[in-house]
Amino acid sequence: MSKKATIREAINSALDEALRTSAQVFLLGEDLADPAAGVNAVTRGLALEHGHDRVLNTPISEAAIVGAAVGASLEGMLPVAEIMIMDFIGIAMDQIVNHAAKLRYMSAGRTTSPITVRAVVLEGSGAGGTHSQSLEGWFMHIPGLKVVYPSTPADAKGLLLSSIFDPDPVLFMEASRLYGKRGPMPTEDGFRIPIGKADVKRQGRDITIVTYGPATWEALEAAEALSAEGIEAEVVDLRTLLPLDLETVLASVAKTRRAVVAHHAVTFGGPGAEVASQITEALFNELVEPVVRVGAKFSPIPARASEAAVTLGTGDIVAAVKKVAGAVRV
Amino acid sequence: MSDIAQLTSSQLSSMYEVMCKSQALELRILKGMRSGEFATIIWPARGQEAVAGALSLALRPDDRLITTYRGLHDHVAKGVPLVEIAGEVLGTSVGACKGKGGTMHIAAPEQGLMMSTGIVGSGLPVGVGLALAARFQKSDRVTAVTFGDGATNTGSFHEAVNLAATWKLPVVFVCQNNLYAEMTPVEETMAIPHVADRAKGVGMPGITVDGNDPVSTYLAIRGAVDRARAGEGPTLVEAVTFRFEGHYAGDQMKYIPAEQLEEAKKHDPMITFRETLLSHPEITEEHLAAIEARAAQEVDEAVEAAKAAPQPDAAEIERDVYAERLVAGNV
Repeated sequence: MSKKATIREAINSALDEALRTSAQVFLLGEDLADPAAGVNAVTRGLALEHGHDRVLNTPISEAAIVGAAVGASLEGMLPVAEIMIMDFIGIAMDQIVNHAAKLRYMSAGRTTSPITVRAVVLEGSGAGGTHSQSLEGWFMHIPGLKVVYPSTPADAKGLLLSSIFDPDPVLFMEASRLYGKRGPMPTEDGFRIPIGKADVKRQGRDITIVTYGPATWEALEAAEALSAEGIEAEVVDLRTLLPLDLETVLASVAKTRRAVVAHHAVTFGGPGAEVASQITEALFNELVEPVVRVGAKFSPIPARASEAAVTLGTGDIVAAVKKVAGAVRV
Repeated sequence: MSDIAQLTSSQLSSMYEVMCKSQALELRILKGMRSGEFATIIWPARGQEAVAGALSLALRPDDRLITTYRGLHDHVAKGVPLVEIAGEVLGTSVGACKGKGGTMHIAAPEQGLMMSTGIVGSGLPVGVGLALAARFQKSDRVTAVTFGDGATNTGSFHEAVNLAATWKLPVVFVCQNNLYAEMTPVEETMAIPHVADRAKGVGMPGITVDGNDPVSTYLAIRGAVDRARAGEGPTLVEAVTFRFEGHYAGDQMKYIPAEQLEEAKKHDPMITFRETLLSHPEITEEHLAAIEARAAQEVDEAVEAAKAAPQPDAAEIERDVYAERLVAGNV
């Protein structure tokens, strides 16, 4: 069974299923319990349905939110911690990087920390430099973590459930600009999208656009515009950044022999650098042109309408594709 | 010294035994390092043994403890086998964590030692989570988190104690105030006379005790543990003590005034508690000598076993990054 739902509803549905089917699951974070139910209303109704003792409003204390999640997970609980806006995650960085990610290894498996941290990217709101960043690249650098960033309602639901019940700590990213995005969403319990599997969102023969999260939609829009000009782009939505599904990426690029990597994170030192490097190392002789990265400019994100001057737009992807695929036979 | 009549001779002996093992273990490791027998790194707790003795008696086996990189005495207190501690210090496969954690990161959940952290202040939020899990799991176990005076200046401390007090969680915060945050004296880092004063600001009791006296430290921690178990919320216990070996083994301690060190030595718990024990009608010199000899022998055997064990092999080094070995190239 499937129905049309928004990503906001899909995430709510995943949290509801997790709370309903497992007594180990609980949620904690700032403002997330009813009646407020968070700044984005993603957790609406969950405290009323499952109790305020399982959907816990916390003080504004990100280190304590994630630290308490880590501690509870050491005892077999499956906490889902919310970082209201991803830019706040710096306060909790030590708990994620030095504790959640490393406890399994440092204890030789005697303790594990299977937490899920939901972090919301607010880019698109015009709120400015400290409320708009896409910081997934920080976490891709940490052995022991998994990093997930879905783009559709079905992926969001299936991946969030996989994340909550995964034995390792997962950073689950949500773009607030996608919360209203509608699409089909399976309604039956048990639906899962596996972590570490990319999804080809559009087939194409001429170039591969490797992307994830909200940039997936700009990549699809760019692909449609390019199609009108005779360039058929394949869009690979990574869905999981760590571990990276290289198999799917390389299979696509082996076919198209050209690649652009697009994301909302800053281009320099960003996730695209790793993807481009992996493609180049594996397929250097197959590539017709160097892999090009496109993302946010190397700048803090300015407020209000100026945001668009720095962040990724569909036009940036179109331009990058034309640069790489300019010589494509038409 | 507080009134030892409040405890039985076997309780007193058991605390002394933990203290002796802790002291013997650290001295044995320091001897090995200084003689060139082996190389390693430790952050000694020599001088803070009374707190370990107190914790060992105040906590039930199923109660939880989180400690820090300066935690070998706390590991002994919670009953982590000596060979597992020594193995971790030497990085060999008999260690609690197969030699992969090291001195700073010993975990032994079977003994309730859930985590040791290398990051000052970071144990407190995790301890709050352990206590939260006990509430979810309807268990009456209590979590103790131990840390130094320096940790109380971190944001993690303040976030954690506030959350624990607000949620009335079954956790006991035990500050081992050894008067130095790494190499800086406590009076240069705090504008208040007692760490325990910080408790008032979040609405929980704060107690300052003589951390060189295992009996009064035990009574304070035990009271806090009982309170936590009864559902009355957290307590901050400040045990004021001293650290004789500096921040790390080999620290020249140029920042500690000679007169302060001389004065502190007069309150060395290993000496003062021994004298106090001998005033007990049922405790004899022979009894204490036997405890000391046993501690030295057990420590020696543990260190020899740790030395003889191999380092973790290549397969072990690659294990436990994730639950499942991820396909090569995918990370």
